[in-house]
Amino acid sequence: MATAGPQTSGEYISHHLQNLHVGEGFWSLHLDTLIVSGLLGLIAFGAMMLLARKASSGIPSGAQNCVEMIVSVVNDQVKDTFHAKSGLVTPLAITIFVWVFLMNAMDLIPVDFLPLAASSAGVEYLKVVPTTDPNLTFGMSIAVFFIMIAMNLKFKGVRGLLKEALTVPFGKYLFPINLLFRIIEDLAKPISLALRLFGNMYAGEMVFILLAVWMGASYWWVPAGAMLSLGWALFHILIITLQAFVFMMLTVVYMSMAAENH
Amino acid sequence: MNINATLLGQALWFALFIWLTMKYVWPPLQKAMQDRQKEIADGLAAGEKGRQELADAAEKVNQELQKTKEQAMEIISQAEKRSGELVEEAKNHAKAEGERIVSAAKAEVEQEVNRAKEQLRVQVASLALAGAEQILQKEIDANSHADMLKRLESELG
Repeated sequence: MATAGPQTSGEYISHHLQNLHVGEGFWSLHLDTLIVSGLLGLIAFGAMMLLARKASSGIPSGAQNCVEMIVSVVNDQVKDTFHAKSGLVTPLAITIFVWVFLMNAMDLIPVDFLPLAASSAGVEYLKVVPTTDPNLTFGMSIAVFFIMIAMNLKFKGVRGLLKEALTVPFGKYLFPINLLFRIIEDLAKPISLALRLFGNMYAGEMVFILLAVWMGASYWWVPAGAMLSLGWALFHILIITLQAFVFMMLTVVYMSMAAENH
Repeated sequence: MNINATLLGQALWFALFIWLTMKYVWPPLQKAMQDRQKEIADGLAAGEKGRQELADAAEKVNQELQKTKEQAMEIISQAEKRSGELVEEAKNHAKAEGERIVSAAKAEVEQEVNRAKEQLRVQVASLALAGAEQILQKEIDANSHADMLKRLESELG
């Protein structure tokens, strides 16, 4: 391993789990998360914007076809699940799916490529996969939470929302319990969204790091380690897609629960 | 876990990307896809209509052809009938004309005969009178003998 030398395994691992950050306490920023996710988003959505601007109803170009395919798959899912009318839900779902997929896909770049390149450029820490940062997953899920509340208010109004929170599921005489249930239920949504994505990606990244450590122990282990890394990467293609899809799908489901009266 | 202000930054990125998608990515793509769907549907419908029209036209051509054939047959049979009639008519006409000419000729001949008879009768009468005069040597009063002359005349007729 190129990073071998004075570094121990423990140091190697914790180095890989360290974000590049500025500031102290709460008011600090993980620059690597912000920059990588922002760049990915800007490139992906910028490209989609350019494509969409000259999209025609004629024979689509390859790139347009590809984007249309993704977008219409997402749209079909939304149409199956979300029956109210809203101009927000499909774009929201597209954004989540594309962005989360791309950020997860950073996991497929071998663990040391970008951190090594960064350290040779003088940047000491770099955590490449933004979705392994709970700040990102919570940032997204809390945004989804607020959109969900806005959706509730838009479709049910303040009175409708209050009535639902107080009387469902046990009727009006048990309203404290109903309200408590509702609060727990709604708070559980963003937390589960964020932790599911974070946990999956963090664990996946961890496997890659451990395999790299193992291969670093001796050159004898390199062939087996490389095979296992390849296998895990292939399997991971499934996981990153699945996690992006799950995040998107659950968001759509929450939106439809917010928009419909049960 | 290390929660900090990155969370807010990520939420901002997220909001920006949602806004971009909602404003500039989804609507034009959706419009393009819907338009294409409509164009394809219209094209298929137009193709189906064209095929149907072609079949209709072929059917109509067949019918017209059939009708024209029948008409032609009818015209031919009418013409045959008419020509037969014409021949017959001409025959009849010629026959009638011939008869007319013959009868006219007969009548004329008869008239000529009658006229000749008349002249002969007159001449015979006067010849007879002159003969009688010669014989009797005396003039016969034509008036007093008119009855006798008349009788003579009718006997000659």
